[in-house]
Amino acid sequence: MRDDDDKVVEKEGISRRNFLKVSGISLTVPLVLGPRVVRAGGADVKVFGPGKVPVTLMVNGKAMKTEVEPRVTLLEALRNDFDLTGAKRVCDRATCGACTVIVDGKPTYSCTVLAIEAQGRGITTVEGLMQGDKLHPVQQAFVDNDAQQCGFCTPGFVVACKAFLDKHPNPTPEQVQQGLGGNLCRCGTYMGIRAAVLQAANQQKGGRRNG
Amino acid sequence: MRAFEYASAMTKEQAVGLLGASWDDAMVLAGGTDLISLMKDDVVHPKRLVNIKEIKDLRGIRSRSDKMLAIGASTTLQELVDDAQAAGYRALIQAAESIGSQQIRAMATVGGNLCQRPRCWYYRAGYGLLATNNGESLVPTGDNRYHAILGNDGPAYFVSPSSLAAALIAYGAKLAVFGPKDAREVAAEQFYVIPKAEGDREHDLKPNEIVTHILLPAAAGVRSATYKVHQKDGLDWPLATASVALKMNGDKVSAARIVLGHVAPIPWRSPEAEAALVGKTISEATAQAAGDAAVSKAKALSGNGYKIQLARVAVKRAILDAARGGAK
Amino acid sequence: MAEYKWPEADKRTLIGKRISRVDGPQKVSGRAKYSFDYNPKGLLFGKIVRSPHAHAKITSIDTSAAERMPGVKAVHIVQQPGTELFWAGASVAAVAAVDEATAEDAARAVKVVYEVLPHLVVDRDPKMAGDNARPSAAQTAGDADKAFAEAEVTVEGFYGLPVITHCCLEPHGSVMEWQGEQNVLAHLSTQAVSGAPAQIARPLEIPAANVRCVQDHIGGGFGSKFSPDEWDITAARLAKKAGAPVKMFNERDAELMVAGTRPSAYAKVKIALKKDGTITGWQSESWASGGMGSGGSPPLPYIFNIPNQRKQHTAIVNNVGSARAWRAPGHPQACAITMTALEDAAAALKMDPVDFFLKNIDMTGARAAIYREELGIAADLIGWKKNWHERGDKTAGPIKRGMGLSMHTWGGLGHPSDCDLTIQPDGSIEMKMGTQDLGTGTRTAVMIVVADTLGVPLEAVKLMIGDSRYPVSGASGGSTTIGGVSASARRASLDALDGLFAKVAPALNADPNELEAVGGKIQVKGHPDRSLSWQQACQKLGGMPLTVRGKNPGPGSLINQGVGGVQMADVSVDVETGIVKMNRIVAVQDCGLIIDLKTAESQVYGALIMGVGYALYEEKIMDQKLGRMLNPNMEFYKLAGIGDIGDFKVHMMTGKGYDERGVIGLGEPPVISPGAAISNAVANAIGVRVPTLPLTPDKVLAALEQKGGRKDASI
Repeated sequence: MRDDDDKVVEKEGISRRNFLKVSGISLTVPLVLGPRVVRAGGADVKVFGPGKVPVTLMVNGKAMKTEVEPRVTLLEALRNDFDLTGAKRVCDRATCGACTVIVDGKPTYSCTVLAIEAQGRGITTVEGLMQGDKLHPVQQAFVDNDAQQCGFCTPGFVVACKAFLDKHPNPTPEQVQQGLGGNLCRCGTYMGIRAAVLQAANQQKGGRRNG
Repeated sequence: MRAFEYASAMTKEQAVGLLGASWDDAMVLAGGTDLISLMKDDVVHPKRLVNIKEIKDLRGIRSRSDKMLAIGASTTLQELVDDAQAAGYRALIQAAESIGSQQIRAMATVGGNLCQRPRCWYYRAGYGLLATNNGESLVPTGDNRYHAILGNDGPAYFVSPSSLAAALIAYGAKLAVFGPKDAREVAAEQFYVIPKAEGDREHDLKPNEIVTHILLPAAAGVRSATYKVHQKDGLDWPLATASVALKMNGDKVSAARIVLGHVAPIPWRSPEAEAALVGKTISEATAQAAGDAAVSKAKALSGNGYKIQLARVAVKRAILDAARGGAK
Repeated sequence: MAEYKWPEADKRTLIGKRISRVDGPQKVSGRAKYSFDYNPKGLLFGKIVRSPHAHAKITSIDTSAAERMPGVKAVHIVQQPGTELFWAGASVAAVAAVDEATAEDAARAVKVVYEVLPHLVVDRDPKMAGDNARPSAAQTAGDADKAFAEAEVTVEGFYGLPVITHCCLEPHGSVMEWQGEQNVLAHLSTQAVSGAPAQIARPLEIPAANVRCVQDHIGGGFGSKFSPDEWDITAARLAKKAGAPVKMFNERDAELMVAGTRPSAYAKVKIALKKDGTITGWQSESWASGGMGSGGSPPLPYIFNIPNQRKQHTAIVNNVGSARAWRAPGHPQACAITMTALEDAAAALKMDPVDFFLKNIDMTGARAAIYREELGIAADLIGWKKNWHERGDKTAGPIKRGMGLSMHTWGGLGHPSDCDLTIQPDGSIEMKMGTQDLGTGTRTAVMIVVADTLGVPLEAVKLMIGDSRYPVSGASGGSTTIGGVSASARRASLDALDGLFAKVAPALNADPNELEAVGGKIQVKGHPDRSLSWQQACQKLGGMPLTVRGKNPGPGSLINQGVGGVQMADVSVDVETGIVKMNRIVAVQDCGLIIDLKTAESQVYGALIMGVGYALYEEKIMDQKLGRMLNPNMEFYKLAGIGDIGDFKVHMMTGKGYDERGVIGLGEPPVISPGAAISNAVANAIGVRVPTLPLTPDKVLAALEQKGGRKDASI
């Protein structure tokens, strides 16, 4: 079976030997290399890494450039390369929600997305929710309802609530409880968060222009 | 996470061309919600990731001329939940809408859900799918509170982590698989296998094959439901699920497919429960009898006997729910 | 000379009101910087090489491959070959590299050979512990033998709760930065900014005066972040070697493995009673584990000073990351054991537990009257009389509902705290204090006290905390912060006013003693027409600012200690699945004078949520064969989510009889009772005690099976 597979790969123009050789280069060479082009499915396909590759991300409306290995997550790139430290690394396994950002309009655990695959997408972080010095209605509602204590889960929660309200502009208290289970808080701020989401929803009713 | 190289395929032909002959060579990146964690935990370490999310053919849901509903493998769970054509597949939607969280549903794909790896904590800690240490399984004498109660004669004790799989099997779905030589279709029920040796996979998928579509037969008149038992409201792994799809003749069940999730190394179809229900009118008593039948061959490990009760209840409640509101 | 007391209720402009926390806007916008967020120029990333074994001796360490890797800037051996390591996750070596991925590769490349030694990581059965079980002598009070011999009713039970972790969302760690050869700037995640320099300096063998610790915000501590850790010192050593700052924070698995636990506690309890409900005797055989330390013995019986007692406690020493203070150390354990045992006694007597607790309330001593009042209020708020039933909800269907109660106490005396308050001639106000805000609202409280005292708006006060260069303020733990910082801030503010009044009095043709600061003005008491605006008044200072040092302890009676709380829980249990759902908790709590009612209530809400977590979900699950934690992640180390907590009603005991006691800490008390209250509610719902927390479906079903309800629920 494996022999067959090998043959198929050869026919597609990727030498298995070559593949291993390239993959086997010292994995921490900090050189930035252009992509290799390999033949696959009758087309030339670019293969990036494993060393650093140029990456451009569209964050809060701005194109931001860096050079990272393909294994670097979107969260790490935001925090370490762009100093956007609002999103936090907590569970680092797509469970706790502290790293939540919005990617193409959808709430996303940035700890579990590669920076390289987030290219070409619209990324909004908690830092991008403010309009000038003015807090977003969700942010203001968090302040008003004391929906934060230590505040480490807060940016992720704020972004998750924003995304939730975009999809459910008029949530019931039950929907709020069921819909925000993807974020965890250790200090115990859920009572404030529930109230904040309902306040923000009420404020946005009838005039949801800012989203 | 160890270093790897990355490529994004625009067609399924490119995808399989970029994959390798062994799992270590390359793996498919879809939603990433499982794969990235597996890599961070150093459980898998592919040399290359092949992103398949850009392949247009793999996205979206459409009705085919043969009345089958084709769900693209990289359709997200949220897209599935929101899709009007899929709404008739109640057990499937019920299974999907409570998976993970809004973030997981926005990221994770249907194909990824079907191909995700088990959450067995020994596997995730690096002791292999069969959870062995010095040649001996860690599960029977270890902490097996979340392990299998069916199909657990060994050497596999983990539970199948996919809630969708059980629902799909209940509808008799097929999976379209694309490989370097050809495309093939496999019944969802046949797609899952209990591994017999370390190195075996729990899926019938070769390292250079991808699932492209899920094919659902028309479900008009089918009464169906999924019931999940999980301790927490939010993101929490189910302790047991049951998906049922019933065909009725008047008020009697003429055909039934009953599939349990999270209780065996594969989604566990229960002919015993199906036989107990066929020909019967649905009532608390007949649903309970089907639940009892579903676990008649269950076997508790040292710490998971409670899951037998949970599986029994899941089957009972899924049947009653299907009878109440199952036809759409 | 100022009189050091709190303003009368009708004079308080900010104190005791519902005020939004001042750093809320920073936190919700992601601008609040935690130590974990600090990215100085040239930052390197540290990574620890950890032992996979619960107990082992290091045979050899080979760092050569790691040292050769491009991008690796420093390698440090934390423990030399020959060293014995006592838990999985213990540090062996460390690396610093230009990015996280390289650091991870380098750590993986360090080759360590271990001699594996026998281990013990469980604590459920002291018989399994062998020599690791360290029994202490029995303690007695009164005549326990006689009490049990004469008891009209004797009730026995087994109770307990497992080891849990703090699971701070910001892991333990720091960014360590050398400034020259001899000075360290430490961005530490800590509950004790003022105390950190000495502890960092000692192992580095530099003067403590050369270490500066700063922290704007901390992502949770809960008792586990009082001291810098070995990995913080390691970060400083790596930073020195590399000549660049090093960021070193635990990965989540390490955080759950090594950064602190709450000790377990288990007990076999026997209670002697009269038929009328009077408790006459207590006997307990308890054991607990706090890892390699003893973990202490829980204060049994909790709150109730039962006249005749015999108690014996065994410490189990095991190979699990060591215990650290966990919010109200010892109390949740003692409370969960005592209040469930007492509730079982009430059930055996077929007494309403409210009546039973009231019957024995005088055994609680000084706080008896408060408990009595709180029991009445809590019962009203939850509708106890109407909704309570005898054990076992008799209604049809699988969902059974029940209610349970618990009571607790805590000290909460304010810690030593210094602060410097400066008033500038232009009227601006600056306060420096070496405290830290754990998210409890310390910043907000200090500003409220200063602004209320000076008669200025909250925004007029510029507060600087979180720097060891500011006046020394105590560690934030044990509910000691609010008393300490509010008292020192009040004293500083009153003294500053004294200084200001002396300068202003001539201009108002008044004696300084006749002046008051109200509504942004300095005025002759009761005469708004004889006033100067705050700015005008401050101009009288002349060219130089006025600075005063506020202290706690100090003159006057501003703080106090000793609080009581009562909680009642309402739960629903699905007896077919064993799943417990929270309906409601009512918490009635006294804490003296409240500075900010809004953040005070948040403290109670948060404590209740943590309580739901350890009552229903949390457990550090250890595998005895492997010696390692099976759930070092947030998927299976389960925290309560927003949908899991039900609803809360918090009632703070304020006003006459409470306010005049002064300020008392609130962080610990409300987290003590939820375990017992929820366990009691479950017992009330399903008619049988689930002996140990967390109340997971397996245990609930097993208890029901024992009662004779179900099959298969073996555990």
